[in-house]
Amino acid sequence: MVEQVQVHHGEQPGAVHAPIRTYLTVWGWLFVLSAIAYFVDVVHLVGWLKVILLSLLALMKAGLIMAFFMHLRFERLSLVYAIVAPLIFLVAMLVGLLPDGLSVFLRR
Amino acid sequence: MAAEVVAQQVERPSIWAGGVSPFGVSWQKLMMWIFILSDAFIFGSFLVSYATSRASIGSWVNTGKVFALHIGGSEVPLLLIAIMTFILVSSSGTMALAVANAYERRKKETIRYLLLTMALGLTFVGCQAYEWTHLIVDYGVRPWWNPFGPPQFGAYFFTLTGFHGLHVLSGVIYLGIIARQVAKGVYDRRGSYANVEIAGLYWHFVDLIWVFIFTMFYLF
Repeated sequence: MVEQVQVHHGEQPGAVHAPIRTYLTVWGWLFVLSAIAYFVDVVHLVGWLKVILLSLLALMKAGLIMAFFMHLRFERLSLVYAIVAPLIFLVAMLVGLLPDGLSVFLRR
Repeated sequence: MAAEVVAQQVERPSIWAGGVSPFGVSWQKLMMWIFILSDAFIFGSFLVSYATSRASIGSWVNTGKVFALHIGGSEVPLLLIAIMTFILVSSSGTMALAVANAYERRKKETIRYLLLTMALGLTFVGCQAYEWTHLIVDYGVRPWWNPFGPPQFGAYFFTLTGFHGLHVLSGVIYLGIIARQVAKGVYDRRGSYANVEIAGLYWHFVDLIWVFIFTMFYLF
């Protein structure tokens, strides 16, 4: 599990955060995932394979940033749900409206 | 008797009845999260519009070629954007270090990493200014026309990257204000460096948005 450090002063009671080592590890992974995404583009993968791979990489990066850099990993679940649930609907809106764009393309 | 009943009701209110924090964060942090969510939906509507309109066009601009840099006579695809991504991810790391130092109330380190984050943010905006100038002046890209492909490319390029760039620029100013307050010892007197963490939320959000613009606009 992730190491946690208790905050003793000034913050919300019971607040915890990660030690600096965890931030550095997450930082490193963000570089690695960004580099992989760049190379997926450079080697000219095409079609759905590229879209799925890049989407997965973007979601992994987003998850790391939100969980550690934005501390959601250490917040109460009520806050996590209040933030993540609307974002899932945002993705649903994107995916749900894509077929509309495609159908316009197919009618051209 | 009646007073006792009232006292009982007052003593055991619902956690949503006020006076407590059901989310377990300060109201300042909660307000920042509410702002971030609303901002996410603004960028979300840009990206939804971009995705549907691009799906309806079929062909698109070869962004790898448009944003390539020439190094020693050979063309490296999308290099400018890769460098900008590298800069922004770096700034996210320095911001995280600023917040980590703020937790421990290390004033000097907090200021140092805040300034470093601002410098990286300005470098990013500088790259973007170069990119815009290059496209507008050298290629004549306009929101309604461009020499590369479908005319929609210009409109989406300017709205997506422009709106994001404005966020980075506002972030630099925001961090500047926070750094100044740290330097003046405002947070030492207040006994809380929480504002640094809240500013960090904003900065990481701007990086988060770039992840999706980088993926959907430049890589797809």
